[in-house]
Amino acid sequence: MWLFNSSVGKKVIMSVSGIALVLFLLFHMSMNLVAIFSAEGYNMICEFLGANWYALIATAGLAALVVVHFVYAIILTLQNKKARGGQGYAYTVKPKNVEWASQNMFVLGVIVILGMALHLFNFWANMQLVEVLHMLGANVDASLAADGVHYIKETFACPVYVALYVIWLVALWFHLTHGFWSALQTLGWANQIWFNRWRVIGNVLVTIIILGFLAVVAVYAVCPCAGC
Amino acid sequence: MDKNISFTLKVWRQRGPKEKGAFATYQMKDIPGDTSFLEMLDILNESLVNKGEEPIVFDHDCREGICGMCSLYVNGHPHGPATGATTCQLYMRRFKDGDTITVEPWRSAAFPVIRDLMVDRTAFDKIQQAGGYVSINTGGMPDANAIPIGKDVAEEAMDAAACVGCGACVAACKNGSAMLFVSAKVSQFALLPQGKAEAAKRAKSMVAKMDELGFGNCTNTRACEAECPKCISISNIARLNREFIKAKLKD
Repeated sequence: MWLFNSSVGKKVIMSVSGIALVLFLLFHMSMNLVAIFSAEGYNMICEFLGANWYALIATAGLAALVVVHFVYAIILTLQNKKARGGQGYAYTVKPKNVEWASQNMFVLGVIVILGMALHLFNFWANMQLVEVLHMLGANVDASLAADGVHYIKETFACPVYVALYVIWLVALWFHLTHGFWSALQTLGWANQIWFNRWRVIGNVLVTIIILGFLAVVAVYAVCPCAGC
Repeated sequence: MDKNISFTLKVWRQRGPKEKGAFATYQMKDIPGDTSFLEMLDILNESLVNKGEEPIVFDHDCREGICGMCSLYVNGHPHGPATGATTCQLYMRRFKDGDTITVEPWRSAAFPVIRDLMVDRTAFDKIQQAGGYVSINTGGMPDANAIPIGKDVAEEAMDAAACVGCGACVAACKNGSAMLFVSAKVSQFALLPQGKAEAAKRAKSMVAKMDELGFGNCTNTRACEAECPKCISISNIARLNREFIKAKLKD
């Protein structure tokens, strides 16, 4: 199958999974913004996306996308290292027009995954997971499982978490500013004109997404009673 | 008249493909600024031969920027610091008195070093042989305008055809990817009616050969485009991806 054994095919897998994850981030960010305006509204969303069947299916889908994207990143990076050869250059210069992010996508990706692990520990493990365990009859306290605002307040009251989340989001910004147009280039949807268009569209979209996430972190870090 | 400069030359010396290589240092004195980089190496080689030492081996042929034979990774750039020029078109006036100039061969698993600064680029020939041609009989020279081709399309095909196959894209790429080369060779035909008939087959077989020969996967860093002596655009890579994906979806 060409998707799995050709270089272009493997990159198509990276592109499609990457674009899908960008769309998820847009959706996630839009929901987060509610927490700035209304704590009650945000908790309603948490309730709605708890351990319901559709939320669980979507979560499994997302997990699959992340795994596919990460596994193929490892495969491609190892192949590329091999193709580069054992002997490196003694003298290297970054050519002009080359974005720093584009040459460090794997490292940025690892930071994003670590940030995601922290995020799952802070929120998912206390919310959806608890709810699922409760439904399965485990002896857990599920009274706060849909109280997202409680966990936002708790997490961002700690300056260390705020700093870690900011680092995570900045790394994600760099990753996506390259990733977005790169994905469309790989899918073949680019030429002399669309190359620049996708870069601008990508930069605007990604900046909006990251600013949206940062806004929630900032609001709750500065004023823990926001949305009350 | 350019002034003369003196500088230190750090050159990669390697006796054979399996031998261990190392940098050798040479002091160059009073080289005129209008000496080309390859002429400068000729001067050095002459003095090495006179001293009874082995001359430095490097690839070169036309010395006017069209054959694609010269290579050399000079001070961190394939074909040196000049843009849109091959090594043979690089002149010593680009450097300053007292500089240290580092000269390395192309580094890529698919381009093994043969000796010193010369690498084996037959991998590119193999990719070309896999489909970089038109095999149908297109008849004699057609009348002008018998097959109308838009000006911008003709220009784009011509720009892609400017690729001399030197391998600077592979040398510049952190992934050792040959996508810029392959995409230029696919694009120069895919854009024109004579090449369209075999476009799908060409894209598939050239990409398959490229993968088989151990070139890396393109991650769109654009280093190739920045270092290409013929300024080939990465929009060709998008076209190759499009041609390849379209061909595979049709199968």
